[in-house]
Amino acid sequence: MSNFASLTRTRIQLALRNKMFFFFSVVFPLGMFFLYAGIFARSNPRAVSYFLGPVIAFNVMGSFWGLSATLVMFREQGILRRFHVTPVTATDMLASSLLANYVLTLPTISIEVFLARFIFHVPSLGNLLSLAVLVTVGTVSFGSLGLVVASVTNTMQETQVLNQIIWLPLIFLSGATFPLAYLPNSVQHFGLFLPATYLVTALQSALYQSFSVSQLMIQILALATWAVLTFFVAAQLFRWEPEARIPRNAKLWALATALPFLLLGAWENTNGDILKQAQSAFHSLERPANSDQPSKAAQ
Amino acid sequence: MANSILQVENLVKRYGDVEAVRGVSFNVDEGEVFGLLGPNGAGKTTTVEILEGLRDPDGGRVSVCGLDPQRESDALKHEIGAALQSTSLPDKLRVMEALRLFASFYKRGRKPEELLKRFGLEEKRNTFYNQLSGGQKQRLALAMALVNDPKVVFLDEPTAGLDPQVRREIYDVIEELRREKKTILMTTHYIEEAERLCDRVAIGTPRELKAHSGGATRIEVRLSKPESNGALKSLEGVSDAREVDGTYVLHSKRPPQTIVSLVKHLEADGNELVSLEIATPSLEDVFIEMTGRRLRD
Repeated sequence: MSNFASLTRTRIQLALRNKMFFFFSVVFPLGMFFLYAGIFARSNPRAVSYFLGPVIAFNVMGSFWGLSATLVMFREQGILRRFHVTPVTATDMLASSLLANYVLTLPTISIEVFLARFIFHVPSLGNLLSLAVLVTVGTVSFGSLGLVVASVTNTMQETQVLNQIIWLPLIFLSGATFPLAYLPNSVQHFGLFLPATYLVTALQSALYQSFSVSQLMIQILALATWAVLTFFVAAQLFRWEPEARIPRNAKLWALATALPFLLLGAWENTNGDILKQAQSAFHSLERPANSDQPSKAAQ
Repeated sequence: MANSILQVENLVKRYGDVEAVRGVSFNVDEGEVFGLLGPNGAGKTTTVEILEGLRDPDGGRVSVCGLDPQRESDALKHEIGAALQSTSLPDKLRVMEALRLFASFYKRGRKPEELLKRFGLEEKRNTFYNQLSGGQKQRLALAMALVNDPKVVFLDEPTAGLDPQVRREIYDVIEELRREKKTILMTTHYIEEAERLCDRVAIGTPRELKAHSGGATRIEVRLSKPESNGALKSLEGVSDAREVDGTYVLHSKRPPQTIVSLVKHLEADGNELVSLEIATPSLEDVFIEMTGRRLRD
C-alpha cells in the first residue's frame, strides 16, 4: 500500500474514534440542517431546497477547522516529527488528510440531501452532478485553507483565533447564514471577494435551480484554481517540527491564496451576474409556494 | 575507516549566534553501539537529527550508510530507524495499527507480529496509544524503530523520564539488539547507561562535543619529596599531570611505559615512591576530566 493510502486509512480511523469529530461533523451540521429546514424554511419544500445549499456549504467550509486543528495538534505533540524520519513526504501527509476529510464529509451531506428529499418532501434535488463537483472542489479547497492556517500559526490558540477571523466573514458575508440578496448592498459587493460566496451561491443554484456544471463553470473553475493554489502553498509552508520557525515569506505565501478571489471579485463586481442570480433566486422564494419550479430567469 | 557505517567529520551547527554543535568528529563501525554522552543542551540531539536528515548542518561532512543525509535523505530514510526524543503518536491509534502503518512506509521490513512479541507488547496490541504506560510507549517506540530492519538505529535518550525499573527493561532490549550486532547510535545523559550499553562513547559539553574513544588510565602516586608538574608531564605517555592534596595524578595512554619512566625519573632525582595506584577511569572521571563539570545537573 502506498504511504498516501495507508495514511488516509489511518486518518479516517482516527477521526471515527474522535468524539469531537462526531460532534462537529455529524451532530452539529445535522442540527444546522434542522434549524434551517424546520425553522427558517418553516418546512416549506421550496424554501428547504433554497436553504439546502447554505447548509451544505457550512459542512464543506467546516473542513478547514478540523484540518487546521489536527495538523497543529500533530505538530505540537511531536507526532509529525516521528513521520519525518520515515519516507513519508509532506505531500503524503497533507493530501491524505484532505482525502480522509473528503470521505468523512460525504455521509453527512448525503444524509442532509436524503432528509430534504424524504422528510421535507423537496420535489427536486436539482443537479446532483453539480452538487458532487462543488462538494469536491469545495472540501479540497477549504481543507487546504485549513492546512495553510496550520502552517502560519504556532500554537493551537493562534490557530483557533485565526480560524475565527477567517470563519466569521465566510459565514456571515457570503450568504451562508443570511441569504446574500438579503444583506446590505455594499456587503453583497464585498462578498464577491470571498471564496465562500461562490461556493454558497453555486450550491444554491445547483440544488434550487438545477444549474448544470457548465452553467456553474466560473465558480467551479475558481474554486478548483484556488484549491490547487492553497494546496501548493500549504505544501510550501509545511513544518514537521514544533520548534521550526515559520518561514519569513510565509505571510506573503498565505496572502497569495486570497489572490484568485480578489481578481474574480473585481471582475464579478463590474461584469458578472452571480450577484443577480443570487438576487433572483432569493426573490423567487417570495412567489406563491405552488407556482411551478424555481425560476431560471437569471440565466 | 572503510567499514564505518556512520562518519562524522568536523560537524558544525549554529542556531543564530549559538553554536549548538562545534566541530564534532567520530566514526561508528558496523555492529557497534556508540554513545553520545553529555548533559542537556550539549548538541547530542542536534547531531542525531543531522544524521537522520532532519536538519541541515552548517559545516563539516557527514555520511550515513554511504549516503549524504542532506542530499539523499529520501534514500537514507529507508535505511535508518529512529526512536526520537519527545515524539508521540495519535492518542487513539492502537499498538498494532501503529506498527502496521509504519511498516507500510518501507519496502522491506520485519513482521509487525514478530516485533510485538519481541518487545512484550502482544497483550497490548489493541490498546490505544494514550492508554500505554511510559515504558510500554518506549518499547513501542523501539519496535517502531526496527520496523524496516534498519542498518542503523538512532536512539535519542531512550530512557529519559522513565523510572528505574522501566529503564532496566529498556536496557535489556537494547542489550539484546547489541548482541544481534545492530549498529546503534544512542544519546544519553546517564553515565551508567552509557557504560552498560555502549561499546564506545563520545563525550560532549555545550561548548564542544569531542570524539573520545575510551579514557586514559589514571595513575595516582605519592612521593617522599615534592615534584614539579612540568617534569611529570614530560614522562612517557603522560597527557596530563596535576597535584591534588599531595597526591600526583597522571593520565596516561600507555601506563606501563609511564611507570617505567616515572621510576627512572625518581631514581635520578633522588626521590622515592610512597604509594602507587592505577585506575582505569570510569566514564564519570573522563567526563569530569574533559569538561571540568559533573554530568548530572
